[in-house]
Amino acid sequence: MIPEFASNLLSFLPEWMQATTWYGVVALVLFVSIILMMAFLTLIERRVIGAIQARIGPNRVGFKGIGQPFADVIKLLVKEIIIPSNANKLLFVVAPLLALIPALCTWAVVPFAPNFTVADINAGLLYILALTSAGIYGVILAGWAANSKYAFLGAMRAAAQMVAYEIAMGFALVGVVMAAGSLNLGEIIEAQSGGHFSYFFWWLLPLFFVYFISGIAETNRAPFDVVEGESEIVAGFHVEYSGMAFAVFFVAEYVNMILISALTSIFFFGGWLSPFESWTWLPGWLRAPSFIWLFIKVWFFLFCFLWFRATFPRYRYDQIMRLGWKVFIPITLVWILVEGILWYYQVGPWAAA
Amino acid sequence: MKTPASFFKTLFLTELFVGLAVTFRQLAFRPNVTIQYPEEKTPQSPRYRGLHAQRRYPNGQERCIACKLCEAVCPALAITIESDVAADGTRRTTRYDIDLFKCIYCGFCEEACPVDAIVETRIHEYHMENRGENIMTKDKLLAIGDRYEAMIAADKAADARYR
Repeated sequence: MIPEFASNLLSFLPEWMQATTWYGVVALVLFVSIILMMAFLTLIERRVIGAIQARIGPNRVGFKGIGQPFADVIKLLVKEIIIPSNANKLLFVVAPLLALIPALCTWAVVPFAPNFTVADINAGLLYILALTSAGIYGVILAGWAANSKYAFLGAMRAAAQMVAYEIAMGFALVGVVMAAGSLNLGEIIEAQSGGHFSYFFWWLLPLFFVYFISGIAETNRAPFDVVEGESEIVAGFHVEYSGMAFAVFFVAEYVNMILISALTSIFFFGGWLSPFESWTWLPGWLRAPSFIWLFIKVWFFLFCFLWFRATFPRYRYDQIMRLGWKVFIPITLVWILVEGILWYYQVGPWAAA
Repeated sequence: MKTPASFFKTLFLTELFVGLAVTFRQLAFRPNVTIQYPEEKTPQSPRYRGLHAQRRYPNGQERCIACKLCEAVCPALAITIESDVAADGTRRTTRYDIDLFKCIYCGFCEEACPVDAIVETRIHEYHMENRGENIMTKDKLLAIGDRYEAMIAADKAADARYR
């Protein structure tokens, strides 16, 4: 599945090495661009939240604070990584990687543009569900291995929250799979083509809200950040981490944010499809599907993450559990039923299929 | 007791959307209030009570007559005065120390002074690098007074009609 120009370029290598080299390069480019996006997301987060709180935010390093993420990285790099003496050293070191690696691996199946997915597998959605759930092991192990009661409390909260919201999230995606008739992310996007009224967002509105809010809960962002809960358990699962080990958790959290935004735009907003597809009076390049549309949609949802963080106070723990179990799961179940009825009477974007 | 109306209000997240509108209005339409300090500064009152100074009369004679009213009124006991008869027969201080670490910048010394000798200027950006620099001796106070006399006189004139 290597593109023509790449196989020409790498023709001096044996066949198995061509594929390895090509995918290695693609993975590296993807990795670097996601890390860069994450770095600037931290800056944009501080600027946006600053503006919402009527202040400026970091604007000193470079033009308008462009250099701030790099300054932060350098600061974290030169700090000492302290391993508590009673910690389980192996798990303590491995835990940040367990949080980061699934977050990065998930990007393999994300379709960035028409006909461009690093690994175009049929069960892409299952792969995503499996890996995003695996990411929580990093958090739980970090909390346990640090041998600190605050970290442990944070890890326990993370575990309970994940279990509650994974289910709602899974059910919301059942609705998407029903609508698209496929587990392949590219096909899910193509099922939404034909103008913005065929985006699943309109037909699966409750599922969209459930999915996005569960996504916020999954990434432990405000208002669901009891896992970190500064006021109660200091910093939650990563109290004992410092320097780069802490930074890896931080990167994992932000990469997950970007991922949830990308998945929301793919499942409910047609991914790389143009929102103006059905407006025939517009020039063709505006209506053509391209990576730019996905990029814009992803940044819109990332902005929502920051917006919510600056607006809502933290949920109380029992309210989080109530929302997950007693509100979201019934809503998704009801809407899956409604969707089944719509499907039966062939009303909606799936009617033609 | 939950009414159907409140149930739907919760279900459709109405209050959350109201909150989002508030923050978005601030983000998009309202200015930031941040003053970027070294480049921008907030306006200062002529009554600002900053670093102390001792003034002189226009003929160069120091104003202070060692009446010790400031020493008496100082609530933090930051002022130490010793006095003697000067060569010209007037009563003058031989020592006038203000400990800036004790001083609470209340301005009572300025209020107590019958000859407007001790004043607090609007200078607030100063620092000490060595132990002992917090003691403002008479020479240091007079030096500050000489250097900023124009500013001090202008501030006193601006405030005079309210006193």
